[in-house]
Amino acid sequence: MSAAWRAPTRRLRPRVVLGGLALVVVVAALVELSVGAATIDVPQHLRCLAGEATGCAAGERYILLSLRLPRTLVAAVVGCGLAVSGAAMQGLFRNPLADPGLIGVSSGAALGAGVAIALEAGAELLPFGLTLPALAFAGGLAATCLVHRLAQVRGQTSVTSLLLAGIAVSALAGAVIGLLGYIADDQQLRDLSMWLLGGLGGASGDVLLVLVPTVAIACALLWRRARALDALMLGEAEAFHLGVDVERLRRRVVAEVALAVGACVAFTGVIGFVGLVVPHLLRGVVGPRHRLLLPAAGLGGAALLLLADAAARTVLAPAELPVGILTALLGAPVFLSLLARARAAEVA
Amino acid sequence: MTLRADRLRVRVGAATLLDAITLAARPGEVLALIGPSGAGKTTLLRAWSGELRPTAGAVTLAGVPLAAIDPRALARARAVLPQQASLRFPLTALEVVLLGRLPHPSRGESAADLAIAGEALALAEADHLAERLASTLSGGEQQRVQLARAFAQIWEPTPAQAQRVLLLDEPTASLDPGHAARILGRVRRFARATRAAVVVAIHDLNAGARCADRLALLDGGRVVAHGRPAAVLTPARLGRCFGAAFDLFTAADGGFAVHPRLLADETDETYEPWKTP
Repeated sequence: MSAAWRAPTRRLRPRVVLGGLALVVVVAALVELSVGAATIDVPQHLRCLAGEATGCAAGERYILLSLRLPRTLVAAVVGCGLAVSGAAMQGLFRNPLADPGLIGVSSGAALGAGVAIALEAGAELLPFGLTLPALAFAGGLAATCLVHRLAQVRGQTSVTSLLLAGIAVSALAGAVIGLLGYIADDQQLRDLSMWLLGGLGGASGDVLLVLVPTVAIACALLWRRARALDALMLGEAEAFHLGVDVERLRRRVVAEVALAVGACVAFTGVIGFVGLVVPHLLRGVVGPRHRLLLPAAGLGGAALLLLADAAARTVLAPAELPVGILTALLGAPVFLSLLARARAAEVA
Repeated sequence: MTLRADRLRVRVGAATLLDAITLAARPGEVLALIGPSGAGKTTLLRAWSGELRPTAGAVTLAGVPLAAIDPRALARARAVLPQQASLRFPLTALEVVLLGRLPHPSRGESAADLAIAGEALALAEADHLAERLASTLSGGEQQRVQLARAFAQIWEPTPAQAQRVLLLDEPTASLDPGHAARILGRVRRFARATRAAVVVAIHDLNAGARCADRLALLDGGRVVAHGRPAAVLTPARLGRCFGAAFDLFTAADGGFAVHPRLLADETDETYEPWKTP
């Protein structure tokens, strides 16, 4: 093996990238734990987390363990789930601009949440305030199933028909949400629009109990599709020539993304741009191969949402901004500048 | 192990793309598919790759119907060069070639895979492109990188399948004459040395004739003629198939070439669909 055949050198080494990103996640988590209405410095909360009774006031202890720690974990898990799903969708659609919402899961979940809010009477359907997340999750999965069914022609789903069915189902869900908003009273309308903006205020230990296993399983399954998604980069026929059952891959990725995104959206509302921007950004750093891109996107998404939420809780403190507004406010310009730079590189 | 089509018919919707095709690609041989555009060359390659299911008849590899072979096991024995590749992700040429090793147990991640990818790139005269982004390469360069990927995919015999199949759709379409001649020569040597069954769909009749052991002339989804190049490429038959008059040129060493005449302006003075002042 001659020296010419090393792996491409213009990219960073996998260990450096993943190690670096993990470090960023840890720092972002410490920031998220520290900031807010009450500032708790890092040594202080490390003492509290370690369970030292001395030097840790009961109030601080409560804020940290019951409020901020669950919120930090939810932010990390949701950011990870959205970004991994985004990377997988971009691979599946063979389009670096694809978004996990394309398959209708977000709009279906929004519809489910809208129904839960409008039918306030049913709030006691499930314990622990889980009615809304449960309906949102069910709505997300149902919409995805519908999109997948609509996209099937003679047992085959094409990417184009999947995209079109996703747009149609999302539009339909949007219309019904509009209708629900129209008939809702003022409080319900406010709840609904707050939910649609996305926020991590609902974080709790119970949420984590459901969210962590669902997102972890979905992401682990998506990671197993990494090599098949790599083959798909060359084209659908080419992926088949490389031994990939493309139809089965498509079915699985759609189901797994619906699971991850459905669970995230159900608890936090719609948080945009994380699933679009993070994989897109990291593809430039680690390359497009999914074995590395998927875990890198997971860490990057976690870090981004942690920092975004920390910012959302400080800019208007003591009030807090819905984090979905912030990710869109920051994400859209970043995304546009990325597009402009990519275009410039193409022209040059 | 022979790749065989037996009374193969392929219909898509109302159109019959292939009909009554009985043809075999034998180990160690190059078979060239020639014929006018739309004759079914690419469709036959797609049926032989397992991508298209036969409507009637059978496609078999060593006697086993392709549909009965596990896709990944099939991919270890059969590689395909597509007519044109579209790549929207920033993969380097080397990464593209490594994807050819995906069906193998090492999944394109071992040092041996890297070595094979390097050698395959050299074989396709694309080793100097290894670190370049494939999407920034010229058409001819991309084609050589894709060819290297196909070579890498079936670089060595696998324990389960000692025989290999290489299907090439217009491998020289974007290549200059020098590259085209060298690449086709290497494809032919690859067939001889590895006992791979090689099928090349090619528009250039003379290039097909030079690199192939046998030619199959397709027209309207059927095999019109099949055999040694000199027996298939008769001016009369080519005239019927392509709708142009062909001349046959013979070289001193027994080599030959066919060439079509420019028809409209030479023989038909009245053909003037455009407006003249």
